Amino acid sequence: MNTRAAPADELARRLVEGDKLALSRLITAVESGRADARRALRCLYPRTGHAHIVGVTGPPGSGKSTLTTRLALEYRAQDKTVGIVAVDPTSPFSGGAILGDRVRMMELHSDSGVFMRSMATRGVLGGLARSTLDVILLLDAFGKDVVLVETVGVGQDEVEIARAADTTLVVGVPGLGDDIQAIKAGILEIADVLVVNKADLAGADRLAAELRTMLQLAEQRSEWPTPILRTVATEGTGVPELVERIAEHLAFLERTGKWRQRRADNARRQVRAIVEDRLASRFDVVTAGTAWADRFTAIAKREQDPYSVADDVLREVARDGV
Amino acid sequence: MRVLIAKPGLDGHDRGAKVIARALRDAGYEVIYTGIRQTPEMIAEAALQEDVDAIGLSILSGAHMTLFPRIMDELRARALDDVVVWAGGIIPEADIPKLREMGIRAIFGPGSPTTDTINFLRSLSGEPAAAVER
Repeated sequence: MNTRAAPADELARRLVEGDKLALSRLITAVESGRADARRALRCLYPRTGHAHIVGVTGPPGSGKSTLTTRLALEYRAQDKTVGIVAVDPTSPFSGGAILGDRVRMMELHSDSGVFMRSMATRGVLGGLARSTLDVILLLDAFGKDVVLVETVGVGQDEVEIARAADTTLVVGVPGLGDDIQAIKAGILEIADVLVVNKADLAGADRLAAELRTMLQLAEQRSEWPTPILRTVATEGTGVPELVERIAEHLAFLERTGKWRQRRADNARRQVRAIVEDRLASRFDVVTAGTAWADRFTAIAKREQDPYSVADDVLREVARDGV
Repeated sequence: MRVLIAKPGLDGHDRGAKVIARALRDAGYEVIYTGIRQTPEMIAEAALQEDVDAIGLSILSGAHMTLFPRIMDELRARALDDVVVWAGGIIPEADIPKLREMGIRAIFGPGSPTTDTINFLRSLSGEPAAAVER
């Protein structure tokens, strides 16, 4: 029985029956872009939508992995099953990656209610990998109650997680810069819950105060007042309160109808991303021949212009269908 | 190709494991690094959830004849027979035939250049050996 070569629909069938190996191998199939995996995702889609998807993002070293582990333990204490997707960066030079989040997740290894998968970004910017959404979907289909998604260590602009998660935690730590460099504009705006981790370190009060001021300055775009919570993830301090707030946020989304709205917005972005992906691969196929290579050379010689050539490519793509 | 680098047992010295992890990253592999003090169950479970193609076991403590068979058992119990296992560290010559019999596909002792490991992994996927520096 070689599951590595097994067709995706077979893996999907076994996933639904609770087969962990099938889940794992289907994730690989999805990640490597296998065509039959796309069909399997289609079949599994109706079974999904039940998991609460919680994003954990923040700068490198802010304690995302440790906090994610603690959150998972807390959910397990509440008898909820947990899926974890942890994203780490791919080396831009070799294409390789070191995925080290398991080091901090030792306590979860022996728990059959937790499934944890590491992913490399494989060159995609924004904090997540290309197929992270699909992996979340598979964990959802597998029946996980909560899916925790830990992004790569982010700077100021990697906000993709907000498009994948129902509830986004932005984790900050004291001492990263005078003016909370690490969590200003973009990333501060996506926070549904702000976490000041390593709250036992000097400067935690100041960070919390600065964040509060910043939130007050920001235009209130929602009836959800973004809470600021303090945690010491290494000791688990503040984690039960955090889990409570995350649950309140979900309740808020459901009560106000924003949950459906948010998921519809995310669905639109997801469809757009799929269309872009497919157009990109069509582009590669359509422009593979020497005729097009000649036209690109002609552009370089200024005999043709890129805008007209792009029009012609689009006509070709539309004629052949995607 | 995804590879798990694991340190079974109780020795707390993981410089060798980290050097290999780093070299494999630089050779283009996705390396799942799990840290020290891993039990056979933890290693097999990580291999399952991460769906790795190969596992590199780093061991210095001398407990390989006890731990490796248990790791192979745990892998089999999870139907992971298709995952390639190799080892590195301090392993006496005399143990090598027994380890091979157990299904450990390659063993690299102290002083082995990291290129040996890379070429071993390349040969698994049918890639030609490459002269990688280091």
